[in-house]
Amino acid sequence: MTAQSPSISIINGRLIDPANSIDEVTDIHISQGKVLAIGEKPSGFEAEQMIDARDKVVCPGLVDLSARLREPGLEFKATIGSETRAAAKAGITTMICPPDTDPVIDTPAVMELIRSKAKQSAFARVLCTAAISKKLEGKELSEMAELAEAGCVGVSNAYKPLGNTLIERRALEYASTFGIKVFLKAEDRHLRNQGCVHEGIIASRLGLPGFPEAAETVAVARDIALAESTGATLHFQRISTAKSVRKINRARHDGILLSMDVAAHQLHLTEMDADGFNTACHVDPPLRTLRDREVLRQAVANGDIQAICSDHQPHEPDAKEHPFPDSEPGISALETLLPLTLKLVQEKVMSLPEALHRLTAGPADIAGLPYGRLDAASSADICIFDPEAHWILNEDNLLSQGKNSPFINWEFTGQVTHTLFEGRITYQLDEST
Amino acid sequence: MMKGNRQTNSKGQLKHFLSIDGLKRDLLVEILNNAESFTSLARQGRSVKKVPLLRGKTITNLFFESSTRTRTTFELAAKRLSADVLNLNISTSATSKGESLLDTLHNLEAMHCDMFVVRHASSGAAHFIAKHCAPHISVINAGDGSHSHPTQAMLDMLTIRQHKGDFTPLRVAIVGDILHSRVARSQVLALNTLGVSEVRVIAPRTLLPFDARALGVHVYHDLIEGISDVDVVIMLRLQKERMSGALLPTEAEYFKLYGLTEEKLKHAKEDVIVMHPGPINRGVEMDSAVADGKHSVILEQVSNGIAVRMAIMSMCLGTHQDADMEDTV
Repeated sequence: MTAQSPSISIINGRLIDPANSIDEVTDIHISQGKVLAIGEKPSGFEAEQMIDARDKVVCPGLVDLSARLREPGLEFKATIGSETRAAAKAGITTMICPPDTDPVIDTPAVMELIRSKAKQSAFARVLCTAAISKKLEGKELSEMAELAEAGCVGVSNAYKPLGNTLIERRALEYASTFGIKVFLKAEDRHLRNQGCVHEGIIASRLGLPGFPEAAETVAVARDIALAESTGATLHFQRISTAKSVRKINRARHDGILLSMDVAAHQLHLTEMDADGFNTACHVDPPLRTLRDREVLRQAVANGDIQAICSDHQPHEPDAKEHPFPDSEPGISALETLLPLTLKLVQEKVMSLPEALHRLTAGPADIAGLPYGRLDAASSADICIFDPEAHWILNEDNLLSQGKNSPFINWEFTGQVTHTLFEGRITYQLDEST
Repeated sequence: MMKGNRQTNSKGQLKHFLSIDGLKRDLLVEILNNAESFTSLARQGRSVKKVPLLRGKTITNLFFESSTRTRTTFELAAKRLSADVLNLNISTSATSKGESLLDTLHNLEAMHCDMFVVRHASSGAAHFIAKHCAPHISVINAGDGSHSHPTQAMLDMLTIRQHKGDFTPLRVAIVGDILHSRVARSQVLALNTLGVSEVRVIAPRTLLPFDARALGVHVYHDLIEGISDVDVVIMLRLQKERMSGALLPTEAEYFKLYGLTEEKLKHAKEDVIVMHPGPINRGVEMDSAVADGKHSVILEQVSNGIAVRMAIMSMCLGTHQDADMEDTV
């Protein structure tokens, strides 16, 4: 790595490092894949390469808590190679892959496979949460201690509710024995039933099976109770309802160790966007009401929600070419993570440093990772973007293998111009076009 | 109105018939008028019931969900319009979900069909097919999931108009499983578009959709209260699986609370008509005495079904029945 990473100075940029409360126009110097210094050039340091970031923002590379790369098992949808390239274009340098690959990430061997593929591609860091139960079946515990030793950032149920409360309790107890963080998608599968859109006016009108709010809040309440009794550290992934936010906040106030994230699309779309059987907006958990969206936005702004994730799910075109209930849920979302978050700044929901915190130190802290920050000697993972550049998302400029985005033809302000991963430039915008 | 509605062409003429949603009152009235002329044709007792409006056209009944009654009336309607009819019953379980849908579609297009009549278990399937099929093909929705069954709603409207004339003063009550009923959803839209004074739905909360009032109805949980002074009572069919899904305890309790009897019917207007999309579960949705009684118009609904489907098919294929009605085959 160090052999190919030249020394670089990024100069004149607005450097925002939320972890260290830095927001000023200054320079950053990189050597041997690490941050060497911020501000004055250290004596004796001569950069082999200069990046002039005048009028641009320089921030830590983004950390995405939930990105499906589809490998192994679903390479017809996407590969680690294709998606890490897309991540580099999106300014993302660390991705956490949920365990619902095929085979499931429930052994160190599968983790090793993913790691070696990511190393080959070398465009971004790919970490994973391991399955909380063998094959994600919710019957037997996975070898969590061994998986943690092999480097998983925690254990997770991915999209599959554990189902059995006793198994869940034991999984939390076992995980907490070894200080392993548990990442849960809160869902009661019985209440969800066949639900594919929010149980609201669109479901009523279109006769689509409703996914009630209670399918999430009941699970949140149960998981909080189990976290309290077991002392496990829980992270709620992709919270979608206002009531879940309130429940989690109340429990945190009571001293239970909890955190939560939200998918970027939940902060912009609502159930109304699925009208007309729009399968591009078939997501899981479903898009909720305008009120839910406003509460989620407020929670992101005030820091109750510490991380915004992409919930990236690239699909082959056929996956969405079905009647709505039969289509596959998910959005190809890496490349809209930063643009949608910047939109919140443009809409005055929060400041730019706060927004960048939710994409860098926020998620990194949840995952217990030393990334998403520009401390001296930390990995030189850096995103540089032009906050004023206008561009329109289309299928041709979407680099991910999955073209399934409801944001096609949206106009965005703010575009990544450079991404550095471990001190190497992994993406550079062709500014001539 | 639903986004992405694509049923009418630039001149406002019917191209597909997927849902009542977004269709204008004039168009619904035109369907009823055309259907009326087809019924009078039949009533004149002509020995030959066929008209040559769709001669040379091929209509494919594409049924992914089994149905004898609806398919048969579509088939009869098509044949009376002199179209060639192809019946395809495709079991969804036999093929991997949906994947066959686009494939099947493209295969049929290659056979130069002019119209697909589609029934499918997933809401939105007919819209999906209309969006993906070749531009010369018309699609008629014969029922998609819990979403829409617009031809059934229109035959009900025809039956109501034949008995009541004007829609505007009418109070209509729909009783039963509104939550899962594509028929009810279409009826509510059609009744409100045609301007009735009130639509009521009557059901326990387990059989009502979220915020049912937003659909444009008044909600009742008590049958007698709900049918008081109404002009039309529409009973919905109760599927057996509602008991296993814990939506209802037993058929007996359902009948006790929501089953229509002659005694209860006295609370409605004296000239009330009673409708049911069929097939009836006697002793569950209603007493035999009501089903066969003087207020029942259930058999008229069945015969109107053919006329309404003839009207919609001919309108979608751009050949209105007034073109040349005298031509016999």
